Amino acid sequence: MPIMTVREALRQALHEAMQDERVFIIGEDIGHYGSTYGVTAGFLEQYGPERIRDAPIAESGIVGIAIGAAMVGMRPIAEIMSVNFSLLAFDMLFNHAAKIYAMFGGQMTVPMVLRTTNGWTQLSATHSQSFDVYFAHMPGLKVVAPATPYDMKGMLKAAIEDPDPVVFIEHTLMYTVKGEVPEERYTVPLGKARLAREGRDITVVTYSRMVHLSQQAANILARDGIEVEIVDLRTLRPLDMSVALESFKKTNRAVVVTEDWQSFGTSAEIAARLYEYGFDYLDAPIARVNFREVPMPYSKNLELQTVVTVDRIVEAIRKTLS
Amino acid sequence: MAHHDDHGHNSSGALPALSSNSGLDAATLIDYYRQMTLIRRFEEKCQEMYTKARIGGFLHLYIGEEATAVGAISALRPDDHIFTHYRDHGHAIARGLDINALMAELFGKVTGCSKGLGGSMHFADVRKNFWGGYAIVGSHLPLAVGVALGMKMQHRDSVVMVFFGDGATNGGEFYESLNFAQLWKLPVIFVCENNLYAMGTPLEVHSSVTEIYRKACAFDMKAERVDGNDVLVMREAALRAVEHARSGKGPVLLEAMTYRFRGHSAQDTQKYRSKEDIERYRRNDPIARLRALLLNEGIATEQQLRDIDRIIDDQVEASVRFADESPEPGREWIMQAGVYAAPIAVDPPIHGE
Repeated sequence: MPIMTVREALRQALHEAMQDERVFIIGEDIGHYGSTYGVTAGFLEQYGPERIRDAPIAESGIVGIAIGAAMVGMRPIAEIMSVNFSLLAFDMLFNHAAKIYAMFGGQMTVPMVLRTTNGWTQLSATHSQSFDVYFAHMPGLKVVAPATPYDMKGMLKAAIEDPDPVVFIEHTLMYTVKGEVPEERYTVPLGKARLAREGRDITVVTYSRMVHLSQQAANILARDGIEVEIVDLRTLRPLDMSVALESFKKTNRAVVVTEDWQSFGTSAEIAARLYEYGFDYLDAPIARVNFREVPMPYSKNLELQTVVTVDRIVEAIRKTLS
Repeated sequence: MAHHDDHGHNSSGALPALSSNSGLDAATLIDYYRQMTLIRRFEEKCQEMYTKARIGGFLHLYIGEEATAVGAISALRPDDHIFTHYRDHGHAIARGLDINALMAELFGKVTGCSKGLGGSMHFADVRKNFWGGYAIVGSHLPLAVGVALGMKMQHRDSVVMVFFGDGATNGGEFYESLNFAQLWKLPVIFVCENNLYAMGTPLEVHSSVTEIYRKACAFDMKAERVDGNDVLVMREAALRAVEHARSGKGPVLLEAMTYRFRGHSAQDTQKYRSKEDIERYRRNDPIARLRALLLNEGIATEQQLRDIDRIIDDQVEASVRFADESPEPGREWIMQAGVYAAPIAVDPPIHGE
């Protein structure tokens, strides 16, 4: 099976999707500039400006236009360059994309995808955030955040084919992550978690880039004979907890690792469900590893103390096992 | 840019005459009278039902602005598209939505145009390309632009007409939408219903430019200010705008000068304007003006118009009976299947479903 990067997997998914005439991409600097993270590089030359629509810096307009086009049978993919800019489009996403199907009694659908990316690297307070929890809180949206090249391709394809609005969350620090991706066409269904690593001692429940950091933590602990099981949720709404609960019933201990602030964050919901449905199997309090709750500092020294690191995951696992 | 100063906000006391020589036949002119009267009588009944607590939530009445919706929408084809705001009853009726389904929607019944899920602010009927009323001021403009983009990409010659108020022209979505539409030469007719108030804040208090049509100049967009209380002037302006948009020349901004006779919503105590002001504007009643034209020009007789009024009253009464007798929406609408076109089952399920 060919090995490729997340970026290449996403490009393949988009190339395959573009074979459907209804699909077009709208976003900032996706064409002439050459794409900020290289995902749509060369697309303008291949598909032309009608379908690769370089947009003004107007996030609300970009998402609103995608919603409208979706309502009349197009399959738009709106790209918001950085999730931080999506705040300017929250009204479109929350009051329209998420509502239109239910509010009008099911007579319209909004088959659009909003692609956006989390991430940080000394970009300081306004360019290093994660809003996973805001998206995932909203009934009417589907929210996915895959971790591997295989899932990136298969879930992006599934998101584009889905009749409901889907928020597809990538990560700037994952575009070069490599993995196996088959050459044949495939989709990975939305709303299905997966077991990323088998182990019998403790369950790590996580998603997106934190899957890879958790793997590194598990490798370190394996040297001490600690077997860590890792559950990759892949989709945040709807949240499939079946794999995590199955694992928890076996290990009786869990650490939830998410790259966002802890208070009312995604880890709060995940831990609550483990407690709610797994209470009888609980041998230790569930630990959480997240961003420190501060606006992201610029200084590299402080930034690395704010984000989730492999060391912090290892420490949380050891503490939960002790 | 054409600029019509005679937008009918006179204070002389005389009923301003409608422009005539529209070239329309008697049946069409009488039908405009019928539509406008239907909107008014329907809404008067809404107010009554609201007072009797048969209708809940907010109730924003269009009374006084009927000529704008009827005139503008008369310029559209069935395959053209409409987006509107939360004061949406007039546009829905002008587009020919069944008033039974509208009254049922207000009563929260499953026979409503949005199955009782939307209420007064969210009338819709996709079969009529009436894409709905939206209740966040100005936020539906990008959606309308998106539909226009869809039409262009599908090589169709349908146009999109989007209604909003003067209060919507100060927010970012207005400017983003005008820029996108003009930049990409999309077939959108932006119809600003300038009723002089953003909810309760007067035009000169909320907008640095009070001639809203002039805001289009920032985008080099064709724009026009017209008397929105003259159904025939409104229609003529809309026809020009539709022709412009349909021929691929891009969007148009129409500013329709009008006035809402009732409060912003049914709860509005209207402290921001005097009774004298309201009375003065009532002399510019768009229905009275059309009625006068029909009678003065010998297009219709008093008896004919009275008969139309009576038929409308019967239709409105029937809509109340229909709404009353209709069933309420079932529990399936608060299951995940009511929220998603393709709900995904998860384990454990949401709400134990």
